[in-house]
Order: sequence, then structure tokens, then C-alpha cells
Amino acid sequence: MKNIFKSSIGRKIAMALSGVFLIVFLTQHFIINITSVFSEDIFNMLSHFMGNNPLVQFILQPILIAGVLFHFVMGFVLEWQNRKARPVTYAMYKGSRNSMFVSRNMIISGIVILSFLVLHFYDFWVPEMDYKYIQVKPEDPNRYYEELIHKFESPIRVSLYCLSFIFLGLHLVHGLSSSTQSLGTNNKYASTIQKISYAFGIGIPLGFCFIALYHFFIHF
Amino acid sequence: MKLFLKIWRQKNSQSKGRIVDYEIDEISPDMSFLEMMDVLNERIIEEDGDPVAFDHDCREGICGSCSMFINGEPHGPDKLITTCQLHMRRFRDGDTIYIEPFRARAFPIIKDLVVDRTAFDRIQQSGGFISINTSGNTLDANTIPIEKENADKAFDAATCIGCGACVASCKNSSAMLFVSAKVSQFSLLPQGKVEATDRVLNMVNQMDDEGFGNCTNTGACHVECPKGISLDYIAKLNREYVKANLKK
Ligand code: HEM
Ligand code: SF4
Ligand code: FES
Repeated sequence: MKNIFKSSIGRKIAMALSGVFLIVFLTQHFIINITSVFSEDIFNMLSHFMGNNPLVQFILQPILIAGVLFHFVMGFVLEWQNRKARPVTYAMYKGSRNSMFVSRNMIISGIVILSFLVLHFYDFWVPEMDYKYIQVKPEDPNRYYEELIHKFESPIRVSLYCLSFIFLGLHLVHGLSSSTQSLGTNNKYASTIQKISYAFGIGIPLGFCFIALYHFFIHF
Repeated sequence: MKLFLKIWRQKNSQSKGRIVDYEIDEISPDMSFLEMMDVLNERIIEEDGDPVAFDHDCREGICGSCSMFINGEPHGPDKLITTCQLHMRRFRDGDTIYIEPFRARAFPIIKDLVVDRTAFDRIQQSGGFISINTSGNTLDANTIPIEKENADKAFDAATCIGCGACVASCKNSSAMLFVSAKVSQFSLLPQGKVEATDRVLNMVNQMDDEGFGNCTNTGACHVECPKGISLDYIAKLNREYVKANLKK
């Protein structure tokens, strides 16, 4: 048992578990964000809860950050090892004849997501930490909605967000089904899982795009 | 037919190879790909050159030795066949054809298109067998009942010919499809279950030691596999590997 994560299969399982964990988080994040479209009050209430509940702040948030770090560091390690496994490359290689573009370029979609996360942390997480723990301003349970729409005033930011969501979609279309395969799911479910992968990988990023564009245009 | 060939030439495992251009004409569309290579070699020999080294044995798709990466795919553009089963009618007059060896750190080049695939043998030796005497004590075939479904799956897995196309096509040079087939062909049957735990642990260890890459489930392997080994066996291997680790 102790050696499992030193093996190639173990590493893939760790990758899959962290990926599934991020998918669960992403779904939760989406559900909260979409409320901003139809109710300022519900959005403020949920954000206030997430931002001030000690369980979320001091247990779940560090786990999430560790999960993200683990996932992309492991992603880079796998990519590096996999490149090393073929020191001389082919003069002619037709990957498109046997596999999906998205599956062959997970590291590219991953790097775009990573750059997005840097921007996203700078946009929301850093000001949030500053507000709560550095400046220690009094909590205003109704500030979240205002902060959100303020961020989506800039067309450049909205475009960058939407572009990143497209890459997130590309990552997830392969990532979701790939993680179930790594975890050893019986292939009789493969076609259903592939459909879920597409629905989730297209639906959720499209939803996030919609939220960003909605606030951009409604407060134009 | 007239063809423009771009073939990887490399003197030995130490030397640096390169792509060399050849022009060849009067190739019949009815020739097999290997026959075309034979014709090319005869002409090279007539001109006192060094013929292109390539592996082949059965020339009927069962030995798995004819490893060639043709126009960006192992065994060429057709599916479910080996290079020896590929015919020149698949190409058109005037085509350019890239012919390269299977590439992976675990498959070092011996000469030209010939690669050393003994990594697969070592994986087999680490667990791809059952430890019983199979000669002289023959039992009735149906003494041990086996579910039809499992018998079929074991048989499908056993059709793997160890050609290495899965490794060659995989962007990560992963050997998971091969190993999954070799593990499953035994573990699905009662005779193979006895040693199932050690087998999967040892074979995966050996696979990792040989320097193959990590699977990222692109699925290239099963598309390019001449025997159509299913990705299902990889999922099964992942399951078995976790189970074996929990037991040990
Ligand atoms: C932070 C930047 C990220 C990087 C650099 C990154 C990179 C990677 C890489 C290289 C892989 C391996 C490719 C494969 O196994 O097919 C992968 C897989 C995966 N990623 Fe990411 N990723 C990132 C963010 C995310 C996010 C935000 C999510 C989910 C919301 C996610 C979900 C997944 C899933 C589900 C898999 C499949 C795991 C598996 O194949 O077993 N990734 N990622
Ligand atoms: S799994 Fe298929 S491609 Fe891989 S060695 Fe076996 S027969 Fe060849
Ligand atoms: S020569 Fe035996 S499979 Fe091609």
C-alpha cells in the first residue's frame, strides 16, 4: 500500500482524485455565482456565509488551495515524465487519427486555467483577504454583489474570463471522463460518462461566461 | 506506382540517425508494404548500399514483429492490421511516405527501423504466467467451469501480439494497454486468479522500471492496436492494481 503513489497508476489515481475534487468545488462555485443573476440577496447571503464561516474559511479553503496546488504540480510532473519517455520525437505524428485534440493538450488548457487562477486570485481572493484579515474592516453582509458587478465592468476582464472558461471547458471535456477511467470505472458506463463529460464540460463554463456577460451588459 | 520515401536511417544504438530520402518506382499496388521494402532493399544492395534494417517474421499479422511508424501512425493508416498486412494499394502514385521506427525510451533503436522490445519480455517474465505444470497432466477442458463472458474477455485480451503499437502511438509512450491485456488474460480465469495480486503488482512495477510514460487516457492505443484491445482492460488494470495494493 505504501508504494502505490510512487507508481504510474498511483500518480494517475492521485491526479484523478484531485481533478474530481476540483470538479465538485467548481460545481459549488457555479451554483453560488448563478444566484447573482436572479437575486442580489441570495448571492450576498451565500457569499457572506462562505466568507465568514470558520469551517469554510479555515478548513475547506486551505484544502482547496492544497488541492489546486497538488493538481497542477502533479500535472507538470506527469507531463515532464511523459516527455522524457520519448526522447526523440517522430518526424511525422498524426495524433488526430487516433485521439481527441483536447486529450493530447491537457497541459495547454491547464496552463491557461492556471494563468486565469492567478488573475482570479488577484481579483477576488487578495482583496478579500486584505479586507478581512489585513485591514480588518467591519463585515458588511451586503458588499459582495457590488464587488462582483464592479469587477465585470471592464470589457478586457470579461473577455479574459470568457476565454479562460473556454479552455476550462476543453480541460473538462477530457478531464471528467479521464478521471473515471483512471479510477477504474467499468467501461459499460463509458458512453454515459462521455456524455456527462460533454454536458458538464460545455455547460458549466458556458454558464460562467453567461454570468460574466450578464453583469457586463446589464450594468453597461 | 512511384513513391517518395522518407526513411529513418541509424547505424546503431549509439549513433545519431536521420531521415533519408528514397525515390522508388514500378511498385505494384498489389504488393504488401514489406514487399515494397524488400524491393527497395534489393535496389539499395544492387547499388552497393546498406539495406534498410526492419523487423518481420510471420508476415501474416500474428507475430507482432513488423514495427514501423508509417505516415504518423504505427502500422500505417489502416486500422486493425499490422505493417505486413498493409498493401500498397492504400497509397497513391506520387505519395510521400514517412517510415520511422517505433519511438520510446523503453524501445531503444538497434538499427534503422529495428527497435529493442525486450522491455515487453521483461514485463511478461515479471508475472505474465501461471505457475503450474501444463504438460503430462491434461485435464478435461470443462473440469473447471468458467463464465462465458469471462472466457470471452480473457480470450480477447490474449489476442495481444505484443507488437508495441500502443506504446508507439501513445503521446506518453505508455505501455498500459499491453500490460492491461497481459494481466487480464490470466486474472479473468480461475487458474490465473491464484497469483493475481502479485502478478499485477510485479508487472506494473516492471513497466514503470522500464521507463514507459504515464497513461493519460487519450485512447490512441486502442485505436491503433492491430488486435483492437479495448480500453476497458486499462480501467480493469487500474481496479486490480488498487485492490492488490490494499491486500499487500
Ligand atoms: C491549475 C491549472 C491546471 C493545470 C496545470 C492542470 C493540468 C492537468 C493535467 C496536465 C492533467 C493530466 C492530463 C490527463 O491525465 O489527462 C489534468 C487532468 C485533469 N484536470 Fe487539470 N489542470 C488544472 C486545473 C484544473 C481544474 C481547475 C480542474 C477542475 C475544475 C481540473 C480537472 C482535471 C481533471 C478532472 C483531470 C483528469 C484527471 C485524470 O485524468 O485522471 N484541472 N490537469
Ligand atoms: S495491446 Fe495491441 S498494440 Fe499493444 S502490444 Fe498488444 S496487440 Fe500490440
Ligand atoms: S511480420 Fe508478423 S505481424 Fe507482421
